[in-house]
Amino acid sequence: MASTKMKIKKSAEGGHDVMVLAKHPMETGLRKDKKTGEKIPAHFIKTMEFALNGTAVAQADLGTGVSTNPLISIHLANSKSGDTVTVSWVDNMGESDSAEKTVS
Amino acid sequence: MKRRIFLKGSVAASTLAVAAGAGLLSPTRVLAAAWPESAFGPRPEAEALEAFFGSSDVVESDEVSLKAPLQAENGAVVPIKVMTSLADVESIGVIVVKNPAPFTTGLEVMGGGAGAMYSARIKMGQTSPVNCYVKAGGKIYMTSQEIKVTVGGCGG
Repeated sequence: MASTKMKIKKSAEGGHDVMVLAKHPMETGLRKDKKTGEKIPAHFIKTMEFALNGTAVAQADLGTGVSTNPLISIHLANSKSGDTVTVSWVDNMGESDSAEKTVS
Repeated sequence: MKRRIFLKGSVAASTLAVAAGAGLLSPTRVLAAAWPESAFGPRPEAEALEAFFGSSDVVESDEVSLKAPLQAENGAVVPIKVMTSLADVESIGVIVVKNPAPFTTGLEVMGGGAGAMYSARIKMGQTSPVNCYVKAGGKIYMTSQEIKVTVGGCGG
Protein backbone atom coordinates (compact mmCIF):
# COMPACT_ATOMS: atom_id res chain seq x y z
CA MET A 1 0.00 0.00 0.00
CA ALA A 2 2.79 2.27 0.78
CA SER A 3 4.21 4.31 -1.98
CA THR A 4 6.95 6.85 -1.76
CA LYS A 5 7.98 9.13 -4.56
CA MET A 6 11.06 11.28 -4.76
CA LYS A 7 11.98 14.15 -7.02
CA ILE A 8 15.39 15.76 -7.21
CA LYS A 9 15.67 19.23 -8.63
CA LYS A 10 18.75 21.27 -9.28
CA SER A 11 18.76 24.27 -6.98
CA ALA A 12 19.66 27.79 -8.06
CA GLU A 13 22.01 28.18 -5.08
CA GLY A 14 23.95 25.05 -6.03
CA GLY A 15 23.27 21.54 -4.83
CA HIS A 16 19.86 19.99 -5.12
CA ASP A 17 16.40 20.09 -3.59
CA VAL A 18 15.03 16.70 -2.67
CA MET A 19 11.26 16.44 -2.55
CA VAL A 20 9.54 13.41 -1.07
CA LEU A 21 5.88 12.51 -1.29
CA ALA A 22 4.91 9.63 0.97
CA LYS A 23 1.47 8.13 0.76
CA HIS A 24 0.27 7.90 4.34
CA PRO A 25 -2.99 8.55 6.23
CA MET A 26 -1.31 10.53 9.09
CA GLU A 27 -4.17 9.87 11.52
CA THR A 28 -4.04 12.04 14.65
CA GLY A 29 -5.84 9.58 16.91
CA LEU A 30 -8.39 12.30 17.75
CA ARG A 31 -10.82 11.63 14.93
CA LYS A 32 -13.87 9.45 15.30
CA ASP A 33 -15.36 7.08 12.79
CA LYS A 34 -18.63 8.72 11.75
CA LYS A 35 -20.55 5.44 11.52
CA THR A 36 -19.42 3.57 14.61
CA GLY A 37 -18.39 6.50 16.81
CA GLU A 38 -15.17 4.73 17.65
CA LYS A 39 -11.88 6.54 17.73
CA ILE A 40 -9.59 5.99 14.80
CA PRO A 41 -6.20 5.05 16.24
CA ALA A 42 -3.25 7.34 15.59
CA HIS A 43 -1.17 6.31 12.61
CA PHE A 44 1.59 8.63 11.51
CA ILE A 45 5.12 8.69 10.15
CA LYS A 46 7.63 9.27 12.93
CA THR A 47 10.95 9.64 11.20
CA MET A 48 12.07 10.15 7.64
CA GLU A 49 15.73 9.76 6.97
CA PHE A 50 17.68 11.16 4.06
CA ALA A 51 20.96 9.59 3.00
CA LEU A 52 23.44 10.75 0.40
CA ASN A 53 25.55 7.92 -1.04
CA GLY A 54 24.63 5.72 1.92
CA THR A 55 25.55 8.27 4.62
CA ALA A 56 22.73 9.78 6.62
CA VAL A 57 22.59 13.54 6.16
CA ALA A 58 19.33 14.49 7.82
CA GLN A 59 16.34 13.10 9.61
CA ALA A 60 12.91 14.69 9.60
CA ASP A 61 10.85 14.09 12.72
CA LEU A 62 7.16 14.09 11.99
CA GLY A 63 4.16 14.03 14.27
CA THR A 64 0.41 14.03 13.97
CA GLY A 65 0.47 17.68 12.95
CA VAL A 66 1.82 16.90 9.50
CA SER A 67 -0.74 16.66 6.70
CA THR A 68 -2.01 13.48 5.11
CA ASN A 69 0.38 12.27 2.39
CA PRO A 70 3.33 14.30 3.68
CA LEU A 71 5.31 16.28 1.15
CA ILE A 72 8.70 16.94 2.67
CA SER A 73 11.58 18.64 1.01
CA ILE A 74 15.10 19.51 2.04
CA HIS A 75 18.10 21.12 0.40
CA LEU A 76 21.38 19.29 -0.13
CA ALA A 77 24.32 21.62 -0.73
CA ASN A 78 26.95 18.96 -1.40
CA SER A 79 25.16 16.73 -3.85
CA LYS A 80 26.41 16.34 -7.39
CA SER A 81 25.48 14.47 -10.51
CA GLY A 82 25.70 10.70 -10.10
CA ASP A 83 25.10 10.70 -6.33
CA THR A 84 22.51 8.41 -4.85
CA VAL A 85 19.86 9.83 -2.55
CA THR A 86 17.93 7.42 -0.38
CA VAL A 87 14.94 8.26 1.76
CA SER A 88 13.31 5.90 4.21
CA TRP A 89 10.50 6.41 6.70
CA VAL A 90 9.08 4.51 9.63
CA ASP A 91 5.67 5.06 11.22
CA ASN A 92 4.31 4.42 14.70
CA MET A 93 2.91 1.05 13.68
CA GLY A 94 6.23 -0.22 12.43
CA GLU A 95 5.42 0.16 8.76
CA SER A 96 8.16 1.53 6.58
CA ASP A 97 9.04 2.35 3.02
CA SER A 98 11.95 3.75 1.11
CA ALA A 99 12.87 5.23 -2.22
CA GLU A 100 16.14 5.71 -4.00
CA LYS A 101 17.15 7.95 -6.86
CA THR A 102 20.30 8.97 -8.64
CA VAL A 103 21.00 12.67 -9.08
CA SER A 104 20.90 13.39 -12.79
CA MET B 1 23.09 18.46 24.42
CA LYS B 2 23.42 14.80 25.27
CA ARG B 3 20.97 13.94 22.57
CA ARG B 4 23.08 15.77 19.99
CA ILE B 5 26.14 13.75 20.85
CA PHE B 6 24.10 10.61 20.77
CA LEU B 7 22.83 11.50 17.33
CA LYS B 8 26.30 12.16 15.95
CA GLY B 9 27.42 8.86 17.35
CA SER B 10 24.53 7.14 15.73
CA VAL B 11 25.38 8.15 12.18
CA ALA B 12 26.97 4.76 11.72
CA ALA B 13 23.85 3.21 13.15
CA SER B 14 21.70 5.12 10.74
CA THR B 15 23.34 3.54 7.73
CA LEU B 16 21.77 0.45 9.21
CA ALA B 17 18.45 2.20 8.99
CA VAL B 18 18.89 2.45 5.24
CA ALA B 19 19.27 -1.30 5.18
CA ALA B 20 16.21 -1.44 7.37
CA GLY B 21 14.29 0.57 4.81
CA ALA B 22 15.03 -2.18 2.32
CA GLY B 23 13.40 -4.60 4.73
CA LEU B 24 16.54 -6.31 5.96
CA LEU B 25 16.16 -5.39 9.61
CA SER B 26 13.28 -4.64 11.89
CA PRO B 27 13.00 -0.88 11.33
CA THR B 28 11.11 0.09 14.48
CA ARG B 29 14.01 -0.84 16.71
CA VAL B 30 16.58 1.01 14.68
CA LEU B 31 14.83 4.33 14.33
CA ALA B 32 12.28 4.62 17.12
CA ALA B 33 14.90 5.59 19.69
CA ALA B 34 15.76 8.69 17.71
CA TRP B 35 12.23 10.06 17.48
CA PRO B 36 12.04 12.93 20.03
CA GLU B 37 8.90 11.75 21.74
CA SER B 38 9.23 14.28 24.55
CA ALA B 39 8.93 17.19 22.10
CA PHE B 40 5.71 16.05 20.45
CA GLY B 41 2.33 15.86 22.12
CA PRO B 42 0.30 18.46 24.02
CA ARG B 43 3.26 20.24 25.58
CA PRO B 44 3.79 23.97 25.94
CA GLU B 45 6.19 25.57 23.52
CA ALA B 46 9.07 26.10 25.96
CA GLU B 47 8.96 22.48 27.06
CA ALA B 48 8.98 21.23 23.47
CA LEU B 49 11.94 23.49 22.68
CA GLU B 50 13.82 22.21 25.69
CA ALA B 51 13.14 18.63 24.59
CA PHE B 52 14.02 19.11 20.94
CA PHE B 53 16.86 21.62 21.04
CA GLY B 54 18.08 21.11 24.61
CA SER B 55 17.52 24.80 25.39
CA SER B 56 14.79 27.39 25.21
CA ASP B 57 16.96 30.49 24.84
CA VAL B 58 15.84 31.95 21.57
CA VAL B 59 16.98 34.96 19.54
CA GLU B 60 14.85 36.45 16.80
CA SER B 61 16.79 36.62 13.58
CA ASP B 62 16.17 37.71 10.01
CA GLU B 63 18.54 35.01 8.82
CA VAL B 64 15.70 32.59 9.31
CA SER B 65 12.79 33.03 6.95
CA LEU B 66 9.43 31.36 6.75
CA LYS B 67 7.58 31.12 3.49
CA ALA B 68 3.94 30.38 4.13
CA PRO B 69 0.55 31.69 3.03
CA LEU B 70 -0.92 34.60 5.01
CA GLN B 71 -4.25 32.90 4.82
CA ALA B 72 -4.82 29.19 4.40
CA GLU B 73 -8.05 28.13 2.75
CA ASN B 74 -7.68 24.62 4.09
CA GLY B 75 -6.19 24.08 7.51
CA ALA B 76 -5.55 20.41 6.77
CA VAL B 77 -2.87 21.26 4.23
CA VAL B 78 -0.78 24.35 4.92
CA PRO B 79 2.49 24.44 3.00
CA ILE B 80 5.35 25.96 4.93
CA LYS B 81 8.99 26.39 3.99
CA VAL B 82 11.76 27.33 6.39
CA MET B 83 14.90 28.79 4.87
CA THR B 84 18.05 30.00 6.51
CA SER B 85 21.33 31.56 5.48
CA LEU B 86 22.98 30.47 8.73
CA ALA B 87 25.95 28.12 8.55
CA ASP B 88 26.31 24.90 10.57
CA VAL B 89 22.60 24.25 10.93
CA GLU B 90 22.04 21.52 13.50
CA SER B 91 18.28 21.31 13.58
CA ILE B 92 15.09 23.00 12.51
CA GLY B 93 11.81 22.94 14.41
CA VAL B 94 8.31 24.14 13.58
CA ILE B 95 5.77 25.00 16.28
CA VAL B 96 2.14 25.89 15.63
CA VAL B 97 1.30 27.70 18.86
CA LYS B 98 -2.44 27.00 18.99
CA ASN B 99 -2.46 23.39 17.78
CA PRO B 100 -3.35 20.70 20.33
CA ALA B 101 0.15 19.34 19.83
CA PRO B 102 2.18 22.50 19.16
CA PHE B 103 5.45 20.88 18.10
CA THR B 104 4.64 19.86 14.56
CA THR B 105 7.78 18.74 12.83
CA GLY B 106 11.52 19.04 12.92
CA LEU B 107 14.62 18.28 10.92
CA GLU B 108 17.82 16.99 12.44
CA VAL B 109 20.87 17.65 10.33
CA MET B 110 23.76 15.20 10.43
CA GLY B 111 25.99 16.82 7.84
CA GLY B 112 26.42 16.57 4.11
CA GLY B 113 25.32 20.14 3.48
CA ALA B 114 21.69 19.64 4.44
CA GLY B 115 19.75 22.14 6.49
CA ALA B 116 19.42 25.32 4.43
CA MET B 117 15.82 24.53 3.64
CA TYR B 118 13.05 22.43 5.11
CA SER B 119 9.54 22.35 3.84
CA ALA B 120 6.47 20.36 4.78
CA ARG B 121 2.70 20.54 4.68
CA ILE B 122 1.16 20.88 8.11
CA LYS B 123 -2.27 20.80 9.74
CA MET B 124 -3.63 23.81 11.59
CA GLY B 125 -6.74 23.74 13.75
CA GLN B 126 -7.22 27.49 13.87
CA THR B 127 -5.55 30.80 13.09
CA SER B 128 -2.26 30.77 14.93
CA PRO B 129 1.27 32.11 14.89
CA VAL B 130 3.68 29.61 13.37
CA ASN B 131 7.12 29.77 14.94
CA CYS B 132 10.17 28.42 13.16
CA TYR B 133 13.34 27.70 15.03
CA VAL B 134 16.77 27.03 13.61
CA LYS B 135 19.61 25.86 15.79
CA ALA B 136 22.99 26.73 14.33
CA GLY B 137 26.35 26.83 16.04
CA GLY B 138 24.76 26.05 19.41
CA LYS B 139 22.30 28.95 19.33
CA ILE B 140 18.62 28.98 18.51
CA TYR B 141 17.23 31.54 16.11
CA MET B 142 13.59 32.02 15.30
CA THR B 143 11.09 33.73 13.11
CA SER B 144 7.33 33.80 13.31
CA GLN B 145 4.36 34.42 11.07
CA GLU B 146 0.67 34.34 11.75
CA ILE B 147 -1.31 32.15 9.37
CA LYS B 148 -5.05 32.71 9.18
CA VAL B 149 -7.10 29.57 8.81
CA THR B 150 -10.63 29.76 7.46
CA VAL B 151 -11.47 26.05 7.70
CA GLY B 152 -9.98 23.95 10.48
CA GLY B 153 -7.75 21.02 9.72
CA CYS B 154 -7.30 19.01 12.85
CA GLY B 155 -10.51 17.09 12.24
CA GLY B 156 -8.87 15.84 9.10
